[in-house]
Amino acid sequence: MIAGVEPLLSPFSLGRPLAMDTVHATHSLFPVAEQSAAVITNAAVNAEYKHLIVAVEAPAIDVVAGQFFHLLCPPSDGAAPFLRRPMSVYAADRTRGCVEFLYKVTGAGTRGLATLAPGDRLNVLGPLGRGFTLAPSWRHIAVVGRGVGLATLAPLALMAERADVGVTAILSARRPDLVMSVELFRAHGAEVVVVTDSDHSSDVGNVERLLRGLATRHKADALFTCGSNRLLLLLQQFGKELGIPGQVALEQQMGCALGMCFCCVRDFHAADGGVEHRRVCWEGPVFDLQEPLSW
Amino acid sequence: MVDLAVDIGGLRLANPVMPASGTFADGLARVIDFNRLGAFVTKTVTRELRAGNPTPRVAETAGGMLNSIGIPSKGVDYFISQTLPFYRRFTPPLIASISAPTADGFASLAAEIGVAGVAAIEANISCPNLEQDGRAFAMTPQATAGVVARLRAATKLPLWVKLTPNTGDIADVARAAEANGADAVIVANTILAMAIDVETFRPRLGSITGGLSGPAVKPIILRQVYQCARAVKIGIVGCGGIANGNDAVEYLLAGARAVQVGTATFVHPTAMIRVVDELDDFCKRRGFARVSALTGALMSAGADETDVEWRQEAGE
Repeated sequence: MIAGVEPLLSPFSLGRPLAMDTVHATHSLFPVAEQSAAVITNAAVNAEYKHLIVAVEAPAIDVVAGQFFHLLCPPSDGAAPFLRRPMSVYAADRTRGCVEFLYKVTGAGTRGLATLAPGDRLNVLGPLGRGFTLAPSWRHIAVVGRGVGLATLAPLALMAERADVGVTAILSARRPDLVMSVELFRAHGAEVVVVTDSDHSSDVGNVERLLRGLATRHKADALFTCGSNRLLLLLQQFGKELGIPGQVALEQQMGCALGMCFCCVRDFHAADGGVEHRRVCWEGPVFDLQEPLSW
Repeated sequence: MVDLAVDIGGLRLANPVMPASGTFADGLARVIDFNRLGAFVTKTVTRELRAGNPTPRVAETAGGMLNSIGIPSKGVDYFISQTLPFYRRFTPPLIASISAPTADGFASLAAEIGVAGVAAIEANISCPNLEQDGRAFAMTPQATAGVVARLRAATKLPLWVKLTPNTGDIADVARAAEANGADAVIVANTILAMAIDVETFRPRLGSITGGLSGPAVKPIILRQVYQCARAVKIGIVGCGGIANGNDAVEYLLAGARAVQVGTATFVHPTAMIRVVDELDDFCKRRGFARVSALTGALMSAGADETDVEWRQEAGE
């Protein structure tokens, strides 16, 4: 990622010291940087989720689907969280110079994020981790997500559209009003199937039936998932049975997000048949579908 | 032009700022210029392959964090064949952090790891997660003397010894390290601690207890650096809650010759660069030509020496 990035800040050409404020970096020289991003909007999308858009510069704008940022969340109830919070990217627009996040308000970090108003600043570190990849031979992919995983999978729609790869997205939620990303997937030409707990259409048996239909119609050259252990196990079994490759994005509590602290390890099948730890921040967060033991 | 170079523990460093073991790896090179650091300190290597502790491995606390990572290690061969080659492209010297469950294990590991590209050894005789109930060599002067003597006999490389704050008299432990051949001591490691989730009644760390680090520990470790500086002549590396230039200056004034930055890097990956820049600014502003002149330059607060001695004996 560092290739082709012009060194915008030179201590000789600018004649002024580099910023010594909360962000201390010559960030345009490096593929990952801390930067103070201006909040454009931060609005509720439903009863549980908010949609945050911030303005960023390089290298953040080089983010790809499946990558994440590590956010220094502002205080809520008087106290700021000490550590950053990882957040997968929901969308990124290079021409407008912004990145977007979709988040559920659950803890101290996201409560802090929820207080942000347009014009406020948010310290973001990124882009981080390994994102999704599309093989040249794939013509149509199946995307199966649930809950917060819908945000992580959403940028796949644009990535696939640009690669001229068709997408069918099976989007799962507890109730119809909690389904997200439907419009985003459709806007990029994806076929969307909504399944919910309230009408039992999200049952594993029904999702498997939908996947078999896609495979029969050659619309499942690869499987992508995030957000549900049930769905991961289904896709692993289904992919193994039909020989379909796939990718899964994982979540885990993180410390540094740069592979240094080994806080975010999860269990994976090792090549020798045993189980090994891998860092979600560094070896992931996107992994081969068959590798993790659980979501 | 401030001279930031320091001599410590058998090494000359371009500046006194380096990472704390376990908070640094190749991934940070994606964010900062490694050639601006005074030294590299690797994650602790053990001879045995270690998976580390159960998750959750980190918990936030007021002004800091708890960790119980458990020193996951891929062993010596991986370190020599994979970790070391990455750092050859950079100029700062590399200090290899090692740990072992026995004094013999420490000695043989020090001998084995003393290959080209390793400038010094940091013996982590203090990690509180390693042994039952967090007991470690550095908890007593006797155990420290034994393991440091074995290490000294096993390696010709500069020998740095990382002490634990979880001991009654850290100055005595530092004296034991010095008397048995240590070239420098790192003061200190994390403070044994725990946190409980009142909703679930469960400990917030997978291994129940862990080590506290971050700004919350700085005043405690600073006091320990001050005590050690009065007890030994070898170099002291201050390590505890340093996040900016002023934090580092405090440690130097208390008697440290260099500092390690750890937890702050998790929050701001550029923290070490900030400390270097702000140390430089501080020296310029206060008219110090050399950063080394700050070491031990603490002014006593009006009390004469006998008064200070008396208060220490009274247990303050």
